[in-house]
Amino acid sequence: MITVNNRDKLAWRAGMTVRDVLTTMNYTYRLITVTVNGILVPKEQYDTYQIPDEAQVTVFHLSHGG
Amino acid sequence: MFSRNVPGMTEILHRATVGIAGCGGLGSNAAMLLVRAGIGGLVLVDFDRVEISNLNRQFFFQQDIGKPKVAALAEHLRAINPAVKLTLHEVRLSRETVAWTFAGCDILIEAFDRAEAKEWLIEAWCAAYPDRPIVCASGLAGYGRSAAMQVRRTGTIVIVGDGVSDMGEGLCAARVMLAAALEANEAIALLMERKQKGGIS
Repeated sequence: MITVNNRDKLAWRAGMTVRDVLTTMNYTYRLITVTVNGILVPKEQYDTYQIPDEAQVTVFHLSHGG
Repeated sequence: MFSRNVPGMTEILHRATVGIAGCGGLGSNAAMLLVRAGIGGLVLVDFDRVEISNLNRQFFFQQDIGKPKVAALAEHLRAINPAVKLTLHEVRLSRETVAWTFAGCDILIEAFDRAEAKEWLIEAWCAAYPDRPIVCASGLAGYGRSAAMQVRRTGTIVIVGDGVSDMGEGLCAARVMLAAALEANEAIALLMERKQKGGIS
């Protein structure tokens, strides 16, 4: 089981990637920042970065303005 | 100058340096708040010049129009505390220049306006300095909805803002300032925490 944004629980499976989580959670925002257990996952690793069981995954949406 | 500061804070902040990536609505106001808090040094980076449309939310004045933002901001910050150490870079920051530009910084404040730039800045900073915090903002447009402003932390990343609102709906000083104040406040808290853990000499 993994936890997304301190709230949603997802069943874990071996080989699960960041992309799998984003797809399952139906996150469609293009500009996001993802961390797994507090470590930033670079965008180019979303398809390959494997999430360990019991992981805390955080997905932040980045919006324009500053 | 800092006799009314929280006890113990002045000595720690005096020895700290914070990077400010972008000197617009977020960066100019966060920098001002950090200088008032007694920060020892700031590294200010912005390629832009002050325009009249900036004055609705940024820490600039009519006489600044046309000046480089980093130079105008430095003048205002020194008018608050002449002893603050400022390093100015009037350049357009890129993913490749993040590491050396902010090499001397204990913490980085992300203060860009474009979300794409926020994204690469976070990636570049975390890759270069995985143990140093970055404080970012996402979602500060519009007005009202004060309670929607959140502070979320994961690892060394802090993100303030509502996470949703976009500058397409317009930017108002009061709400931009809320986000800038949250960024400055979190940076101060992180510096105090790191000192307690022995992170800052």
